[in-house]
Amino acid sequence: MIRLLVFIVLAVIILGSAVLSVTTKRIMRAATFLLFVLFGVAGIYFLLDYTFLGAVQIAVYAGGVTMLYVFAIALTNKNTLSGIYERLHGGRLIAGAAASLVGLAMVVFVFFKEKLMTVASSADEVPMKTIGHTLMGSEKYQYVLPFEFISVFLLACIIGGILISRKE
Amino acid sequence: MDYSYVFLILLLPALTFLLLGLAGMKMSHKVAGLIGTCSLAIVTALSYYTAFEYFLVQGRDASTGLYPTVTVFNFTWIKFSELLTFNIGFRISTISAMMLIVISTVSLMVHIYSFGYMHGEKGFQRYYAFLNLFTMSMLGLVVATNIFQMYLFWELVGVSSYLLIGFYYPKHSAVAASKKAFIVTRFADMFFLIGILFYSFYAGTFNYDMSLMTPEQLHTLHAAGWVLPMSLFFMFIGGAGKSAMFPLHIWLPDAMEGPTPVSALIHAATMVVAGVYLVASLFPLFIEFAPNALHWIAYIAAFTAFYAAAVACCQSDIKRVLAFSTISQIGFMLVALGVCMPDPETNVVAKTTVEYADMNGLGYMAGMFHLFTHAMFKGCLFLCAGCIIEAVGSNEKFYMGNLRKYMPITHIAFLICCLAISGIFPLSGFFSKDEILVACYNFHPAMGMIMSGIACMTAFYMFRLYYVIFWGQGYYETHINDGAKKPHEAPACMTIPLIILSLITVLCGWIPFGHFISANGLSFDTHVNWTVAITSSVLAIAAIGVATFMYSGKTTPVADYLAKKFPRLHEAAFRRFYLDEVWMFVTHKIIFRCVSTPIAWFDRHVVDGFMNFIAWCTQSSAESIRGFQSGQVQQYAIWFLTGSVALTLMLLCIF
Amino acid sequence: MIPVEYYFVLSALLFFVGVFGFFTRRNLIAMLISIELILNAVDINFAAFNRCLFPDQMEGFFFTLFEIGVSAAETAVAIAIIINVYRNLHSTQVNRIEDLKY
Repeated sequence: MIRLLVFIVLAVIILGSAVLSVTTKRIMRAATFLLFVLFGVAGIYFLLDYTFLGAVQIAVYAGGVTMLYVFAIALTNKNTLSGIYERLHGGRLIAGAAASLVGLAMVVFVFFKEKLMTVASSADEVPMKTIGHTLMGSEKYQYVLPFEFISVFLLACIIGGILISRKE
Repeated sequence: MDYSYVFLILLLPALTFLLLGLAGMKMSHKVAGLIGTCSLAIVTALSYYTAFEYFLVQGRDASTGLYPTVTVFNFTWIKFSELLTFNIGFRISTISAMMLIVISTVSLMVHIYSFGYMHGEKGFQRYYAFLNLFTMSMLGLVVATNIFQMYLFWELVGVSSYLLIGFYYPKHSAVAASKKAFIVTRFADMFFLIGILFYSFYAGTFNYDMSLMTPEQLHTLHAAGWVLPMSLFFMFIGGAGKSAMFPLHIWLPDAMEGPTPVSALIHAATMVVAGVYLVASLFPLFIEFAPNALHWIAYIAAFTAFYAAAVACCQSDIKRVLAFSTISQIGFMLVALGVCMPDPETNVVAKTTVEYADMNGLGYMAGMFHLFTHAMFKGCLFLCAGCIIEAVGSNEKFYMGNLRKYMPITHIAFLICCLAISGIFPLSGFFSKDEILVACYNFHPAMGMIMSGIACMTAFYMFRLYYVIFWGQGYYETHINDGAKKPHEAPACMTIPLIILSLITVLCGWIPFGHFISANGLSFDTHVNWTVAITSSVLAIAAIGVATFMYSGKTTPVADYLAKKFPRLHEAAFRRFYLDEVWMFVTHKIIFRCVSTPIAWFDRHVVDGFMNFIAWCTQSSAESIRGFQSGQVQQYAIWFLTGSVALTLMLLCIF
Repeated sequence: MIPVEYYFVLSALLFFVGVFGFFTRRNLIAMLISIELILNAVDINFAAFNRCLFPDQMEGFFFTLFEIGVSAAETAVAIAIIINVYRNLHSTQVNRIEDLKY
C-alpha cells in the first residue's frame, strides 16, 4: 500500500517535471526540471530495491550530468540565467505532438495485447557482493569485458570532447 | 540461257554513284566524267547484248510462240505474310528489254554531251553522280519483278529528278521547281501506293505478270470484284503524275530549270515515260478486268495532248515549247494504250490470236513504238536546244534567229527531228505516229480525227520553233553593236550525240516493231493503212506550210496580227491557261488553311502539350518531394518515428 | 508489489514526453535534455522488467548501469560539439545548422 503511494508520488514528480522541462521557455529551468526528473528516477530505483543503481544514478546523473548541462548552458549563452526565451513553432508543435501520441498509442497497444507472465518476486535486495562479482567476473553472464570497454570508451569520449572543444 | 551478268546493269551505275558522290570532290572533272561515262558505256553494251540475246538468240518459245518472260533473279527482301513478299529481282520481258535499250542509249548520249555542256561548272562530279543514280533507278524500274519493286525505284527516280532539277541550287527558281516536281509526283504516288495496297490485299501478291501467276492467284483476282479496276486506276494516277498528264502536268515546264542534258534524259526520254511503261506492264490486267478504265485513260491523255499543244503554240522559251511538246507526245502514247479494246471473243489477252494484235490491240505496239522513237528524237531536240542555249546565252527565242549560218550540224539535226515529230515519211516518227492514228480510228472515228488534228498542231508549233530559231531576223546581226555574242557551233563532244541520235531517228522507223512487241506477244507484220498515212502526211505538210508562211521571213506580220486580234486567248495560252494559279489556290487557300493549319495546331498544342504536361508532372512532383531533404534534424526524427510506427503496424498485421 | 504494467506505463509516458520535447524544441541544449529524458525512461523500463519478471538474473541491472555511464559520455561529447557550433555560428538554434555544405 505504502509502496503504491510512494510510487504514485514519484510518478507525479517525474512526469510533472518532465512535461515542464520540455515546455518551459527558459533553458535554465529546463535543466532544473531535468534534475528533479533524475531524482525521481533514482527514487524509482530505490523503490525497486536497486539501491546501488539508485546511488549511481544520483552520483553520476544527478550530480555529474546536470552540472555538465548547467556549464554548457552558461558557456553557450550570452545572458546566462536571465532567461532565454523560446517560442514554440506552431506547425512543428502539432506534428510533433501527433507523432508522439501515435507512437505512445502504438507502444501501449503492443504491450497490452499480450498477457505478461507474473513471477513471484523475492523481496530481497541484491547484495553488494553479488554485484561486485558479476561486474568483475569473466565467466558467462559476467561483465568484466563491458566494464573494461566502457572505461576505454569513457577515455575516448574525454579525449574527443577536449579535442572538439579546444580553443584554436 | 545464262543472263546472270545482268546484275551489272544495275550494280555499275549504283557503284559509280557512290564513288562519285563520296569521292568526287577529290577527283578532277575529267576523271569524274570519264568514270561516269565509261560505266554507262559498259551498261549500254550490256543492255544491247541482253536485248540481242533475248530477242534474237533465245527467240520465241516454240510451244507458245511468245517471248518468254525471264526472271533472272528474285530475292526475297521482306516477307509480310505467307503470300505477300517483297522481292527484288531482274525480269526481262519484251518491253523491258526495249526500255533497257532506250534508257541506256539516251543516257550514254547525255553523258557524252554533258562533258561539253557542263564544262567548267561547279559541281561537275555531283552531276555525274546524280546522272548515274538516275540511270540505275530507271533501269531498276523497268526490270522490276513485282509492283512494289517498281514503286521503290519509282520513288528513287523521283528523288534523282529532284536532285537534278535543283542542281543549280543557288538559284531560287531551280529550288522551287525541284520542290514542285517532287511534291506533285509524290502526291500522285500516294494514289499509286493506295492502288498497290488494294491490289496486293485482294490479289494476295505483288506480282503483276499474269503469265507468272499460279491458278489460285488468278482465281483470287477474278473474285476481287470492283476493287481491282479501282486499284488499277489508282495506279494509273500515280503514273499520270510521273508522266505529266492533266492536271498533274504543272511540274514539267518548271523542271526545265535543270541543266538541258538533264531535261533531255529525264524529262523527254525516260522518266516521263515511266507512266506509259506502267500502263503497258499492267496491260493484260487492264484488258481483262478494267477495259473501261483504259478508255478513261485515253480520254484524259487526249485532252492533255490537246491542252499541251495549244500552250506550246504560244511559248517563247524554247525549252518550255519542247516540254509541252513532250507532254503532248506522252498523251499520244497513253492514247495509243488507252484505245485498245478487249478481243470480242475472249477477255484474256494471253488467249487472243494474231488478229487481236493487229486490230484491237494495235495501240499497245504503237504506243511502245512511239515511246522508242520519241525518246530518240526528243532527246536529240533537247540536246540541240542545249547547244543553241550555249551559243546564244539565253533560253528566250528573242535572242535567237538566223542561226543556221553559224550552227550547221545543230541545224540539220534539229530539222531532221522536227520532221520526225511531225510525222514525215521516211523518218521514224511517221511510222509510230501512223500506227497510233490507225489504232485511234479503229476505236472510234472521232478519236482518230481529234488525234490527227493534234498531230497537225504538233507539226505547226514544232516548225514555228524551228523557223524562229534558225530563220528570221537574227538577234546577233541587229545587235552586233551592243556587244552580242557571236553564236558558234558546239564542240565535238556535244555534236556527236546529236549526229548519233539523228541517225537513229532516220533509221529506226524501219525496224519491224510488231515482230518484237505486241499486245499479246505474238509476232505480226505492221502494214501501212494508206488512208490514214496520206491524210496525216497531207495535214502535216499543210501545217508546216502555214508555219513557214508565218514565221520564216524576217518579220512575222501574220503572227503579230493574230496575237493582237485575240489578246486574251494569246495571254491565256502563254500563261498555260492559268493552271498554276488554280493549283496555288487549291493548296494555299484550301489545303493549307483547312487541313494543314488545324493539324499543325493539334501537333503544337495537343501532342507537344501532352509532352510538356508529363514534364510538368515530373517537375512538380520533384519539387514537392524536395522538402524531405531539408537538413532539419527534427523533421528527420519525426519521419523516423513515423516509419518505425508504420513498420510496427505492418508487423502487427502480419503476425 | 507494484505490478509491472504501472512501471511500463510510467516509462512509456516519460519516453514520449522526451520524444515530444526533441521534436519541438529549438535550442540544442534543450534537445539534449529531451534525449536525457528518453534515456531515463528506458532505464526505468529495464530495471522494472528485470526486477519484476526475472528477479534471479541481473542483465537489466547491468544494462542500466552501463547505460548511465554511456549516457554521461555521450552528453559530454554532444556538449563539446554544441560549444564548437556556438563558437562558429554564434547561435545554438537548430535551424542554423540545417544548411548542407555549399
